[in-house]
Amino acid sequence: MSTEPLASFESSLDEVGVELVRTTADRFESALAPLVSTPAVGASLPFEDVSLPDAVETDPTVAELDAADTGVTAAGYGIADYGSVVIQGGADGEEPVSLYADEHVAVVAASDVLPDMDAAFDRLAEDIRGGTGQAIIATGPSATADMGALVKGAHGPMDVTVVLVEDR
Amino acid sequence: MSVDDRRRKAERIRHLLDTEGDSVQGNTQVFNEGRYESTADLEDYEALKDEARAIKEDAIERLPELVDRVTEAVEANGGTVYVADDAADANRYVTEVVDGRDVVKSKSMTSEEIEVNGALEASGADVWETDLAEFVLQVADEAPSHIVAPAIHKSREEIASLFNEVFDPDEPLETAEELTRFAREHLGERILDAEVGMTGANFVTADTGTLALVTSEGNARKCVQATDTHVAVAGVEKLVPSVEDLQPFVELIGRSGTGQDITSYVSLFTPPGDSPTFGGDGDLGSGDDREFHLVLIDNGRMEMREDDDLRETLYCIRCSACANSCANFQHVGGHAFGGETYSGGIATGWEAGVHGEDSAAEFNDLCTGCSRCVNQCPVKIDIPWINTVVRDRINRGKNGNLDFLVEGLTPDEEPGGLDLQKRLFGNFDTLAKLGSAFAPLSNWVARSSVGRTVMERTVGVDSRRELPSFERESLVEWFEDRGPRVSPDEARRQVALYPDAYTNYVRTERGKAAVRVLEALDVRVDVPAAGESGRAPFSQGMVATARSNAESVYDALAPAVAAGHDIVVIEPSDLAMFRREYERLLPEDDYVALRDHSYELMEYVYGLLENGADADALPDGDGQGVAYHSHCQQRTLGLEPQTVAVLEARGFDVTTSDVECCGMAGSFGYKSEYYELSVDVGESLADQFTTDETADRTVVASGTSCLEQLDALLSRRPAHPVRLLDTR
Repeated sequence: MSTEPLASFESSLDEVGVELVRTTADRFESALAPLVSTPAVGASLPFEDVSLPDAVETDPTVAELDAADTGVTAAGYGIADYGSVVIQGGADGEEPVSLYADEHVAVVAASDVLPDMDAAFDRLAEDIRGGTGQAIIATGPSATADMGALVKGAHGPMDVTVVLVEDR
Repeated sequence: MSVDDRRRKAERIRHLLDTEGDSVQGNTQVFNEGRYESTADLEDYEALKDEARAIKEDAIERLPELVDRVTEAVEANGGTVYVADDAADANRYVTEVVDGRDVVKSKSMTSEEIEVNGALEASGADVWETDLAEFVLQVADEAPSHIVAPAIHKSREEIASLFNEVFDPDEPLETAEELTRFAREHLGERILDAEVGMTGANFVTADTGTLALVTSEGNARKCVQATDTHVAVAGVEKLVPSVEDLQPFVELIGRSGTGQDITSYVSLFTPPGDSPTFGGDGDLGSGDDREFHLVLIDNGRMEMREDDDLRETLYCIRCSACANSCANFQHVGGHAFGGETYSGGIATGWEAGVHGEDSAAEFNDLCTGCSRCVNQCPVKIDIPWINTVVRDRINRGKNGNLDFLVEGLTPDEEPGGLDLQKRLFGNFDTLAKLGSAFAPLSNWVARSSVGRTVMERTVGVDSRRELPSFERESLVEWFEDRGPRVSPDEARRQVALYPDAYTNYVRTERGKAAVRVLEALDVRVDVPAAGESGRAPFSQGMVATARSNAESVYDALAPAVAAGHDIVVIEPSDLAMFRREYERLLPEDDYVALRDHSYELMEYVYGLLENGADADALPDGDGQGVAYHSHCQQRTLGLEPQTVAVLEARGFDVTTSDVECCGMAGSFGYKSEYYELSVDVGESLADQFTTDETADRTVVASGTSCLEQLDALLSRRPAHPVRLLDTR
């Protein structure tokens, strides 16, 4: 794929206050390690030869979920123009894991970074018709200005990091 | 309206200006400026709006079919669809589903519309609002004042003292951060315990039964995920045909509303979802058995669909751009500018459709028709038109006797019983004609204290407002005596200068200057006797009278158009009539002919200079500093830059205002019930022209109302920009 969407993805993420960490499958674990502060929870990753370290609890209780510092999930794809990641999945717990921890780490394959909203909705429509019950277009951390100033982490994570796996 | 009613209304507005105005103004302006910035970044903003509008037009046209399709889709997914006739029907169904269990809710104006919280609580259920602004209002027991930021009228300090009083925390809460953390934790526990999650839906796709929820906090996601039953309430108009149709809305809604390119979360849920729920035993429970109920609410919408004038309201995506771009809303907020549920520009359509005209009548007059919202609406709804139509219907709904006092002044097409004040301002042409015929006596009487008292008591003309002073000789009479000074053979162009009622009878000097400037550029000018454009009755909701005025104006100007002459218009609000509103008032061919041949005065001068007219025939500005206030309708038409360009080309140093509207807005600033709001809005403009940088500049403004307002608020006397170019 051309490098253009990746460059634009990186600058869009920067604008919404999200760090991008680029890595490959064989260096994934060392790239992820500094991003995970425990207690950590996760949902298993669908990429071949990529897995979560043991320190990440993939079958958390409600209390563990609530107490987690970091939550790691895959993202179905990224949207370069907006710096968004699309969080899909269901029964494996992608939604609570990406929502309750203070920091959400989203892992996305470089080949799944789409240039714009048009391309994203082509994929979304296909996925939804194929049975994907949930797709959250997430852009930056949770935020509110309802209390008189912008505050991150209103109900969801206050920090987001995207890990881009480049050889996928 | 009686004197007492006017006084009560003025008092209520004054109270809101004092208590809520500052918060609303600060917050809406952040949204407003954000929208201008964010939409400017879109390469294809206009095309995206067209696409969004086309999708809504099509969806509303096919609504019954889409209701059937979504029912099939949701049922195939394992959920239930209930189409509720009205609020009571919806609440009965929701109460049955909830069955006394605890409910956590994310923000939904539709649920406010049906007042579901009250119904659920009456049935024994606990209901918690989890959107932080809605939570604040729930704790304060107040109604929303804005459709996107419901607690926009509350400052951080007010929220802090509210929370400290109600919750009595160990350490008093103070910062936005502390307040947010507190609310998050407090609501987090409610979310853990609740069994039912209730949401609205910004859009629902008929093909797949997918809900699109546009949020920033994450609470809607939690409400859906944590609970065993999901109830979504949505007006039937939220249906769009397919998932692909969501794309333009996702790109437009955040930009239009809060000025963000996109909100933190756009959730596409195709329920019932299988995300784990929070079971009672501390483990994540299986989400496989989650129930889902989609409650589609009619509550007057299907009737609105059949109504040619209200139908467009159903295209509304509730982004709030019309409220945020409205000068009056910015100053007074949704507790004045709203009905039972909805607030801001489009609220008139919603309230008239779902709660009836009485609810719309309370605030409908706060729309001055300035049209600043028109270009801001992502689905291109003509919001001022909806406001005018509803005003007309409210006028016609009233019974009463035609008052003898104004009978001679009201040769209009309106029903008896129409509010006297509206009738007076709506027939300004007649008033001005008489005022001019009897000047200076008429001016003397109108300014006498007896005259002012009578006017205030009978028609609510505020005695603090200076009245226009009528000229004995009208512009048309002056020109008849003087005649044209450029021969047809030598003329570069030939124009008919449209004598609007103010220029003709009150501000004749700007009309004379316009004639001289055009002639200096070798244009042959005629000033045909043409009556008032219809703007005056139109702004009072007197549509039939406006139509009859428009027809007369067309008859007066048609010969010039037929002869291939151009029509030059001094007053921007009249040009806006020709270019926009006449589409609703004249036969299509007449409208198009007049529209295509009409120009704003400075736009026309700009065109002449661009096409080789000798600019040196006009005075040299020689670096003189000018502070220019365009006109709201002129800006909507995109005609501010031409005036600036002409003045700069002649060597003036120009700075411009960026407030949405001056607040005078035709008759609005004269009305005693609105005088203080009008001045409050005007102060924002006056502030821009009294800074260190602007205080010494010559003030010019394009519109009559703008000039009246600036004249009242500044010590410098403002003038129309054409006066700077006058060769006299």
